[in-house]
Amino acid sequence: MTQTNPRVIAQPTPPPPEIEEVPSYRMWKWYDYFTFNVDHKLIGIQYIVMGFIFYLVGGAMAIAMRTELRTPDPDFVDPSLYNALLTNHGTVMIFLWVIPTTIGGFGNYFIPLMIGARDMAFPKLNALAFWLNPPAALLLAVSFIYGGAQAGWTSYPPLSEITAPQAQVLWVAALILIGTSSIMGSLNFLVTIWKMRVPSLPLLKMPLFCWSIIAAAVIALIGTPPLTIGLLLLTFDILFGTSFYKPDAGGTVVLYQHLFWFYSHPAVYLMVLPVFGVMSEVIPVYARKPIFGYTAIAYSSLAISFVGLFVWVHHMFTSGTAPWMRMFFTVSTLLVAIPTGVKIFSWVATLWQGKIRYTSAMLFAVGLLSMFVFGGITGVTLAAVPFDLHVHDSYYIVGHFHYVLFGGSVFGIYAGVYHWFPKMTGRFLDERLGKIHFVMTFFGTHLTFLPMHNLGLSGMPRRIAMYDPQFQALNQLCTWGAYLLALSIVPFYFNVIYSWIKGKRSSGNPWNALTLEWTTDSPPMIENWEVLPVVTTGPYDYGKDRQEEVRQTD
Amino acid sequence: MQIQDSAIDAQEALIQVAGHGEHGVHGDHGDHAHPDLRTMGLITFLLSESLMFGALFAVYFVMKGRLGQWPPEGTEVELLLPALNTSVLIASSFVIHKGEEAIKKDDVAGMQMWYLITAAMGIFFLGGQVYEYTHLSYGLGTNTFSNCFYLMTGFHGLHVLIGVCMILGVWWRSRQDGHYSSVKHTGIEMAEIYWHFVDVIWIIMFSLIYVLTKLP
Repeated sequence: MTQTNPRVIAQPTPPPPEIEEVPSYRMWKWYDYFTFNVDHKLIGIQYIVMGFIFYLVGGAMAIAMRTELRTPDPDFVDPSLYNALLTNHGTVMIFLWVIPTTIGGFGNYFIPLMIGARDMAFPKLNALAFWLNPPAALLLAVSFIYGGAQAGWTSYPPLSEITAPQAQVLWVAALILIGTSSIMGSLNFLVTIWKMRVPSLPLLKMPLFCWSIIAAAVIALIGTPPLTIGLLLLTFDILFGTSFYKPDAGGTVVLYQHLFWFYSHPAVYLMVLPVFGVMSEVIPVYARKPIFGYTAIAYSSLAISFVGLFVWVHHMFTSGTAPWMRMFFTVSTLLVAIPTGVKIFSWVATLWQGKIRYTSAMLFAVGLLSMFVFGGITGVTLAAVPFDLHVHDSYYIVGHFHYVLFGGSVFGIYAGVYHWFPKMTGRFLDERLGKIHFVMTFFGTHLTFLPMHNLGLSGMPRRIAMYDPQFQALNQLCTWGAYLLALSIVPFYFNVIYSWIKGKRSSGNPWNALTLEWTTDSPPMIENWEVLPVVTTGPYDYGKDRQEEVRQTD
Repeated sequence: MQIQDSAIDAQEALIQVAGHGEHGVHGDHGDHAHPDLRTMGLITFLLSESLMFGALFAVYFVMKGRLGQWPPEGTEVELLLPALNTSVLIASSFVIHKGEEAIKKDDVAGMQMWYLITAAMGIFFLGGQVYEYTHLSYGLGTNTFSNCFYLMTGFHGLHVLIGVCMILGVWWRSRQDGHYSSVKHTGIEMAEIYWHFVDVIWIIMFSLIYVLTKLP
């Protein structure tokens, strides 16, 4: 424990007898990262690196699609390949990039560190959960031999039952593997946070990231099983001649939509809640102020995950939904804006009159604020049935959810990486490259996704390789934006690889932060601490007279 | 102040020991340090798992609502054998509990006996289900009722099979001297909880598919 941190009382103790058995300063070798290893930090890195690899894969698919959409004609890729690309772009970005990186990556790495635990509650289960992901990716890759799943990431029947059925089944198998991994990970998080905090850390003194992971884990545990059933029935329809989704034989396609969206709308919160947690970690550190409304932010995460379970039918306003359902789900959808607004308000209030340090992490956090407000507002417009009926399945939707998922989740992941990279690797990322990266990403995002709203409002449908020539100018704008976004990852990936090898060395607590992960070395030793820390202040007590509090505790 | 410090030290050392024992990279079976964590994990998992069956029940009701006659003519279910099967499965939940009671008295042999009987009853149930499948006049794809029937009972049967494997796994481990005792038997408890879960699900499923379709 070389670092001095105000939250930790220095303890000149003789090491307990067990310490000899554990080689505390042994670090993992590079090849350990390719093995079935149970260390939560190693698993966290595995998830994050895997995520960033699939970010490139999904991004390449997006670039191919945007290149296709430069012109109204299908001249770059074959339309059925285009369909496979859009399906797998969505699938990869959601299931192999955002969810694994935020929950699997940041969650695994930092939850035990933040609550003062030496590992997760079930380390082997944790490793198993990670290793379900690579086979899933393999299945998706193999599906391209059969033309790739082509019914969109939503895979609505009957389209999904008649288009490239073999590829569709492989796609289902991949999703079920990832879903199983998600359930394993989530129950691990819940038990870990509930049972393995250091005794001096009550629930309401936990870092807010822990609260957001609780909320996300609850969603995964409740939503994933019905989705699995929905996908299982789809497989049975394709392979074994059942008729769950075949209207001519007594089934109904709307059933699939219910089962699918019961998971997949909450999955939106699954993708954004951990990122909200990252926001709550990043903003107070660089604003040097206590977070505004700790309790409100903590409980609003739970509120989002609870209300989020009752909004799924807003994806189905055009599926012959009964009027009372439309009314109910409009209201419930609008309700989600309230806890989300609470968070946004609290972050802005935290920034207010803070001593803001514009590090790359902070830039991405503030960028996320503006992006997410924009995506959130278009989300509110979509909750209104009359408007939704007009823009359903148009580019307006594509614009909306990319603002939330790219401007939200991806910006949050970047913020988290810039914030925690020194902790995870012991080295700093280059700040100048980080700022170049931010500027390119910020403008690229707006350039790519802002024109999509106009396209949608003027009637361009989504998921098509050909379109009416009147839409060409705006589409070309989107395509240039996509190229800028593709370019923007060059300084980032270069920065990460270069800094990991040669970056400036970081101390244990380079940002002068108060949460527990900063009380150990960078990178932390195996099992995290020699002596577990004792919590003496709140996680965000910046700018308070901490000497006073430490003295009182003594 | 000195006293307070050393009190904290002692607490730290305890946490340290617990941490290394149960959760360490080189951790062993530290059932004793945290006897409840794995059970809690299992219960969390089963809460999630129950929603899988919840979704299946929802599917069943949707399909039922779309047909006038449920089940359609020619796809009625048998009642006698499934009722016998059901009573065996319900009885096995009591038998497995006897096993847990036995291990709480350090009676490993008694626990092994009760667990083997439970496994046998589970296998009897599965055998009965296979017999039923092979003697019905309709198959999985006949109509939406038979879709639901085979998928739901099959999915449950898979869980029974997993339960039997867990029970036999516990039995296999118990052959090792001192593996389980009155204070260290989380594995036994987990197998029991899982078995009860499978049993409760079956009661709902049996009521839905068999009893309620037979009522006028």
